[in-house]
Amino acid sequence: MDYNAIYVLWLRDMKRFLRARSRIIGMLMMPVFFLLGLGFGLGSLVNLSSGVSYFDFIVPGIVGMSLLFTSIFTGSAVLWDRQFGFLKEILVTPNSRTSVVIGRIAGGATTAILQSILVVAISLIAGFHMNLTAATPLALLFMALIAATFISLGLTLGSMINDFQGFQLVTSFFTMPLFFLSDSIFPSSALPSYVRFITYLNPLTYGVDGIRGALVGGNAFPLWLDLVAMAISTAILVAIAAYAFSKTQAG
Amino acid sequence: MSIIAIEKIVKKYGNFTAVDGISFEVKEGETFGLLGPNGAGKTTTIKMLTTLLPPSHGSARVAGFDVVKEQNDVRKNIGIVFQDPSLDEDLTGLENLQFHAILYKIPKEKRDRKIAEVLKLVELEDKADTLVRNYSGGMKRRLEIGRGLIHEPRVLFLDEPTVGLDPQTRRHIWDYIKKLATAGNITLILTTHYIEEADYLCDRVAFVDHGRIVALDTPQALKDKLGGDVISVNVKKGLEVLYKALKATRWIKSVSRHDDFLELNVMEGEKRIPGIITMANKHGAEIGAISLHKPSLEDVFLQYTGKTIREEEGNWKDSFRAMRMSRNR
Repeated sequence: MDYNAIYVLWLRDMKRFLRARSRIIGMLMMPVFFLLGLGFGLGSLVNLSSGVSYFDFIVPGIVGMSLLFTSIFTGSAVLWDRQFGFLKEILVTPNSRTSVVIGRIAGGATTAILQSILVVAISLIAGFHMNLTAATPLALLFMALIAATFISLGLTLGSMINDFQGFQLVTSFFTMPLFFLSDSIFPSSALPSYVRFITYLNPLTYGVDGIRGALVGGNAFPLWLDLVAMAISTAILVAIAAYAFSKTQAG
Repeated sequence: MSIIAIEKIVKKYGNFTAVDGISFEVKEGETFGLLGPNGAGKTTTIKMLTTLLPPSHGSARVAGFDVVKEQNDVRKNIGIVFQDPSLDEDLTGLENLQFHAILYKIPKEKRDRKIAEVLKLVELEDKADTLVRNYSGGMKRRLEIGRGLIHEPRVLFLDEPTVGLDPQTRRHIWDYIKKLATAGNITLILTTHYIEEADYLCDRVAFVDHGRIVALDTPQALKDKLGGDVISVNVKKGLEVLYKALKATRWIKSVSRHDDFLELNVMEGEKRIPGIITMANKHGAEIGAISLHKPSLEDVFLQYTGKTIREEEGNWKDSFRAMRMSRNR
């Protein structure tokens, strides 16, 4: 493992994130609209069996959505780096490709978590009731695992697909089902059993449930199950991303 | 010992053979050029030598290491300036250099010293904190050359180092490369489709055409193979006498007549011009003008491939561009 490479790639993402203020705001727009539109609009019509208000229910879901979208988008960085040639510069250095993947995930996950914290902060202003307990740091762990899982998915797709349009097409094919079939904006118990089965295969389900359990309660699964499921999905997808990236060419 | 040894290296893409069995060796400290039209296989060769592409057949050793089996050792010993830009434009010049140094595990203290050194070499000290997106093309190239040197590679690859630059900047880049070549014991491998560039910079040049090496020698030796220089003499009076006299001269390889011109084939033409004038005076001939044409590498390339690099360039560039565009779409 080449820690220097991991550090550099993480640092690079931090610098780029802090310099691209407009992108931060742009990335926040969609979660905020969902939060206000669904949370207040739809929320007035919904009563949940768990007793948690719909607004409090949906905030972890919106955080999950923001993590999902940002993370898969981060995978497109491979395409940009290939386009602008920087990928070659990284690939000819004496560092293992796995380190490069881990560095990418570290950088992307940090930015995605920072954005999620902003989403939570905005929700707090809008009236989100959050328990500040010992379990709160656990929410950050879930965010990190969600980010690592879906950045790996993005990197895998970015390593295999060489053109931007194809990448967009494929990612939207992934993101929408992942988001809607994940317990994010409605409890999956409301779904017919043959669809509910799919939500059980979706890592985001466990990630969002974990954040929900840590921040507001009313989680569908025990937290340990959420944690184990996320750890397994992260391990599998990071391994796939490392493999896909090792096969990619500089272009 | 050779720092680069390539044996019958081949790269195939499906039915298309980009590199068709190239072999050559490069000595340590040498400046070696691969000269040929676009699409001849130069960049593919460089990509194989820099571990970015696995060869289909054949083997190559760089700095003593196999480019397939010992990739990491090869990478530690080489620096590359790519044909297309490879900088992070959202970072400053200094950050690009720092990141590069960290990627090569250079300790902090040495890192700062080397960065200061290369910034000075490529004269970008006052632009170090500017975002690279605000650099001109020439500045980017210079930064890339500087970056390639930070980790003190034994071999520096320069893939078309001056393509797309204006003549003045090109000259400037040449000066840096020349400075490098004379200063240290670094080995430089450069590819180019500019004749003058290869002629000016390289100790030895290999002509590459359709994935093969068609000739390899020092620029001077390659030119000498054409049979030396051509002197044309415009004779106002006494053409016949002078023609006969020149024909009988030992150091003149051949003489031909065109109207009132005599064309002589000689070695080191500039040293022979006084002799020709003396001879004309002796035979009472009157010379109007003398011109000397030294063969260029272009003439040599023409000799070996039956075409000039430039006429090749058009066709290749067009099809190459079209190929790239369709791929990027």
